[in-house]
Amino acid sequence: MMDLRELYQEVILDHGKNPRNHRFPEPHNREGRGYNPLCGDKVTLRLQLDGDKITDVGFMGQGCAISQASCSTMTQAIKGKTVGEADALFSKFHAMVMGEAGADDDFDSLGKLAVFAGVREFPMRVKCATLGWHTLNQALRNEGGEAKTE
Amino acid sequence: MTRPSAIAKATDAGFDVRRVRDDFPALHQEVHGKPLVYLDSAATTLKPRVVIDAVADVYARDCANIHRAVHLLSQRATARFEDAREKVRAFLNANDTNEVIFTRGTTESVNLVAQSWARTFLREGDEVLITELEHHSNIVPWQIVCQQVGAELVVVPMTDRGEITREAFEEQLSPRTRLVAMAHVSNALGTVLPVEPLIGLAHEQGAVVLLDGAQAVSHVPVDVQALDCDFYAFSGHKLYGPTGIGVLYGRERLLEGMPPYQGGGDMIRSVTFAETIYNDLPYKFEAGTPDIAGAIGLGAAIDYLRSFDQEAVHAHENAVLRYATKAFGSVDGLRLIGTAPGKVASVSFLMDAAHPHDIGTIVDSEGVAIRTGHHCAQPVMEHFGIAATARASLGMYNTTEDVDALVRALQKVKELFG
Ligand SMILES: Cc1ncc(COP(=O)(O)O)c(C=O)c1O
Repeated sequence: MMDLRELYQEVILDHGKNPRNHRFPEPHNREGRGYNPLCGDKVTLRLQLDGDKITDVGFMGQGCAISQASCSTMTQAIKGKTVGEADALFSKFHAMVMGEAGADDDFDSLGKLAVFAGVREFPMRVKCATLGWHTLNQALRNEGGEAKTE
Repeated sequence: MTRPSAIAKATDAGFDVRRVRDDFPALHQEVHGKPLVYLDSAATTLKPRVVIDAVADVYARDCANIHRAVHLLSQRATARFEDAREKVRAFLNANDTNEVIFTRGTTESVNLVAQSWARTFLREGDEVLITELEHHSNIVPWQIVCQQVGAELVVVPMTDRGEITREAFEEQLSPRTRLVAMAHVSNALGTVLPVEPLIGLAHEQGAVVLLDGAQAVSHVPVDVQALDCDFYAFSGHKLYGPTGIGVLYGRERLLEGMPPYQGGGDMIRSVTFAETIYNDLPYKFEAGTPDIAGAIGLGAAIDYLRSFDQEAVHAHENAVLRYATKAFGSVDGLRLIGTAPGKVASVSFLMDAAHPHDIGTIVDSEGVAIRTGHHCAQPVMEHFGIAATARASLGMYNTTEDVDALVRALQKVKELFG
């Protein structure tokens, strides 16, 4: 039996309904666009990079509770972080939702992001949880085009 | 919760859904500890035991290549393969088995017409007419060929109820229209298109008409001669048959004039390096070893379906559809997408409380399988300004109890997201 409450934790429901940083920051100097062809979800992420530091970040877009909550908590987690720190968070987050061995040890260091651990049990929803992060990656690298989850 | 009357009515009409359910092994399993409620037949139908057995029997007994060898197994496999073609011919009421080409599915059937007929006969300035509610596989092949030959793709808009009206169609139809490609039934909305008058109008302009019958074959009667369409495409797997097999019906006169789609074995009469002479219809369009077991399985599916009174099957499905439409209407905060008066088998919807993707996961945890997403019909989603819908779609085995199970699962969505 699957436990939906493992997936839809209160924090996720809350951020899904009322996403934080759901706005475009001004000024901003980086933009990423993400698209999940599986469900049609779209997200645009903009951020201000001062030197190596993400000083402001926000996103707009539509999507399911998981993808919206993931974008929301991600923006909170990376604000004020360096590019290297954000990359490290993404790696840990990715390992956690993919259920990669050994990932458990790292959950604490993910802070609030650890609420997405339940996604491991729902392989069809991993892409919802990582859409925002792929988009961030694209924005930081400032590559053209769209970040895709496929 | 269940309404025995609706089930009883269908039984009276000579259709016993309980017995039908016994024929589908996949129905009798639990998912996430709950009995499976399968409401995703528009994606693919489940398969009756007779189809599964037919496929297994080909590999167990008549495992041979066709049209090639003198040995007995090859003779048996060939006979069964060609017998399946005759079953498809009768099912579509085509004039001749020459007009029945086995493909991998609807997608390949449409691509065949695009690359063989359209690429040969379309010129710059010609127009291909499609509609706004098409599946991507009846859009993209036309975009590709239009780009190749410099033709233009023209789209008939749909109404906000998800209909294609005669007026809208006439507005886009022109003397430049050389080909009309449209769904017989929409997969995202369930709309049945008024194809007969539209085909008449298209023919008056001298256009050739292809119908995408992927969603139609299992829900409405199909008679290609009565429809007077030039091409008809469908997939076996949406007609209770196997995946990997599909059909293109084509008018013999048109098929004769078309160049092969692919080159290879079986589609030739003789090959030298100087010249290759193509085989007769339908083999000219069947290069390489086909899905032999798939075709035979499709034949078995058609036999199965035709063992029931077709009108009774359709009446049963329509009764469940009406019940579902009404039941969903009573769910607070649920909005139906696609409300055309003529609909079959599918109900697309949105809920205020949750995104379709979340609805899909939650009802799955209750054992209910529905489809969520854009249903390979992104222009339809764009029309309604949405990214996705949840869609429940019916097969002959569904009951009003299945609908009740989904409605109960939707209450769970509201509880969780409420
Ligand atoms: C209306 C319609 N056309 C075409 C297709 C493509 O069918 P297939 O993937 O079997 O080739 C589908 C399948 O979803 C469909 O519903």
